[in-house]
Amino acid sequence: MSIWINDETRVLVQGITGSQGTFHGTRMVEYGTDIVGGVTPGKGGQVVDLPGRSVPVFDTMSEAVSSTRAEASVIYVPARFAAPAIIEAADSFHELNGGGLIVCITEGIPTLDMVKVISHLEKRPGVRLIGPNCPGIISPGSDGGCKIGIMPGSIHAKGRIGIISKSGTLTYEAVAQTMSVGEGQTTCVGIGGDPVNGTGFIECLEAFENDPDTEAVVMIGEIGGTAEEEAAAWSKANFSKPLVGFVAGATAPPGKRMGHAGAIISGGKGTAEEKFSAFEAAGIHIARDPSKIGEALVSALVEAGLRES
Amino acid sequence: MNIHEYQAKAMFRESGVSVQRGVHCTTVEQALSAYDSLNSDVVAVKSQIHAGGRGKGDLFCPDSGELVMQGGVKVAFSRMEVENYSSNILGHKLVTKQTGPSGKIVSNLYVESGCDIAHEYYLAILVDREEDAILIMASTEGGVDIEEVAETSPEAIHKVWFDPSDGLSEEVANSLGDSLGLSGNSRTSFTEMMVNLASLFTEKDCSMIEINPLVRDGNGLMVALDAKVSFDENATFRHPWREGLRDSSEESDVEVRAHEHGLSYVDLEGNIGCLVNGAGLAMATMDVIKLYGGEPANFLDIGGGADSESITAAFEIILEDTRLEGILVNIFGGIIRCDMVARSIIEASEETGLNIPLVVRFSGTNHDEGRKVLEESDLDVITVSTLGDAGEAIVKAIGGN
Repeated sequence: MSIWINDETRVLVQGITGSQGTFHGTRMVEYGTDIVGGVTPGKGGQVVDLPGRSVPVFDTMSEAVSSTRAEASVIYVPARFAAPAIIEAADSFHELNGGGLIVCITEGIPTLDMVKVISHLEKRPGVRLIGPNCPGIISPGSDGGCKIGIMPGSIHAKGRIGIISKSGTLTYEAVAQTMSVGEGQTTCVGIGGDPVNGTGFIECLEAFENDPDTEAVVMIGEIGGTAEEEAAAWSKANFSKPLVGFVAGATAPPGKRMGHAGAIISGGKGTAEEKFSAFEAAGIHIARDPSKIGEALVSALVEAGLRES
Repeated sequence: MNIHEYQAKAMFRESGVSVQRGVHCTTVEQALSAYDSLNSDVVAVKSQIHAGGRGKGDLFCPDSGELVMQGGVKVAFSRMEVENYSSNILGHKLVTKQTGPSGKIVSNLYVESGCDIAHEYYLAILVDREEDAILIMASTEGGVDIEEVAETSPEAIHKVWFDPSDGLSEEVANSLGDSLGLSGNSRTSFTEMMVNLASLFTEKDCSMIEINPLVRDGNGLMVALDAKVSFDENATFRHPWREGLRDSSEESDVEVRAHEHGLSYVDLEGNIGCLVNGAGLAMATMDVIKLYGGEPANFLDIGGGADSESITAAFEIILEDTRLEGILVNIFGGIIRCDMVARSIIEASEETGLNIPLVVRFSGTNHDEGRKVLEESDLDVITVSTLGDAGEAIVKAIGGN
């Protein structure tokens, strides 16, 4: 089991004829993802060759969703077109299926575009957005699995740990940490590092709480905002499984944007120290050293009686 | 992207946000003719740099380091004072709470008519990431350090939110005016200003507008006496006019160069140079260096789409930093292949010369190949496979504990 996606999930690629779309479309199919088609305005009727299959290209999401019965979509379009692409996907899933999953990989979307997107999505409660500016979501299966995004599939293995992270390559680091102690993953969700985004920590935790196959979760935050603190408070009251937390940016100076638009300590708020304290107060097992996430996970599992040592 | 007060005020004026008359100057002569043209008994002579705390800052001679004048914003009551203040400001180094000890050389000045101040307020507009909306914050405690107000009397800060698709309604603006205790023509003037500022914020894709102080003048009208505006860099593509407002002397050369290569670079205080793929991993790498007793000299994220050219540029930027005693490269290959990074490192080192310890950690796509490329080269490099080992190795290599 997994959260939100599985081996059967039918996925569309928005921007499939672009270099990113074709490249990652290929990688996703190689991993086992069921890519059923793509959308590029003006290129409807074309076909894109992916390993072992040729998929149709549509001009619009609504044609694509109704022809392929897709349940999810992944967006690789440039930043200036990304917000309209999310809105188009949301409307199509909402009107045709009553809901769906949108994974937006695109980096650099204007913040106000995202504010407008989020307010649009609030009126379409069945639609879930992951990202933007994220590596995507992956659920390793026994043979391949479902990968919707850009993460290297090969570093993952099926298992019982859920992973949630604001950062891309740091998610891979967390995956490698679980693997180094012999644990695989149910689902890994990269929620993205932008100040305004879709799915947050709490929604992921809630889904992992309800997923019987997920037995523990690793949560990777970074400086900026208060999402980690809110997730910690929520988990204390609502999350029953072992939880391990790390926050990147303990050494970041205030007022400097550390790569991600959202990763900035402003007005003395959003420091790693505050987030670590909130984690500790909520009983979350913390790793101050990211190369010790695996160790922290083992002790959390042992404490919960889920592992010998 | 930040702009100067005089540029922000020109934008305010165009958008119907009330400001005092003022003139942008770059020489003492211009400041004097600005004083003559403003025809005001009192003028403010204001240093223009991209940092706050100017009023309480100190001006130093950049060569001798001697203190020239206290206060980067001065009220002048005569032509002679204007001459005195502007010559003390222009070409000198202004050090404020926000510039750090190195300060900033002041090349721009703003001479503005004096204002009859009845009361000072604080106002800020920004994106509230928790509420997914635009937040307007206002306080009757203007002209002071707002972070202190937030700390000691949070109830003195009033907040309203609006959706950028709908804009700010007069009702909401009125309610904020009421919270500030404004009435009559003051509230009308406040509401008009808020509605105009809100449209300016959304139309120009700002990330923050801060006015401290916003004042009520002797006639009860609201005037923006200061103006701090910053823009969302992600939206630059739809605002080509911003290029004309950019003052690249305010940005560090390295940061500008890094930006041109699609790299994200932030200068820090330490002596270990870092080159990492991904913002979160780059921060985590800095954290690990610190945990092992070292000090990172920079944050450098080569980004997801880095190619051999940008990685070579990144490595060259690091190699030029004379403070460095060691370099740590940490790559978790996804789309980026470790062997490609290895070749770029070798190329850059051959061009620039490498004479300090280099620790490389490769993981993910083609990590074995990358390691092999490095080991077969003439480069003196320590390769490790985990992040923890990387932190330990670089700190040890530079003679730390």
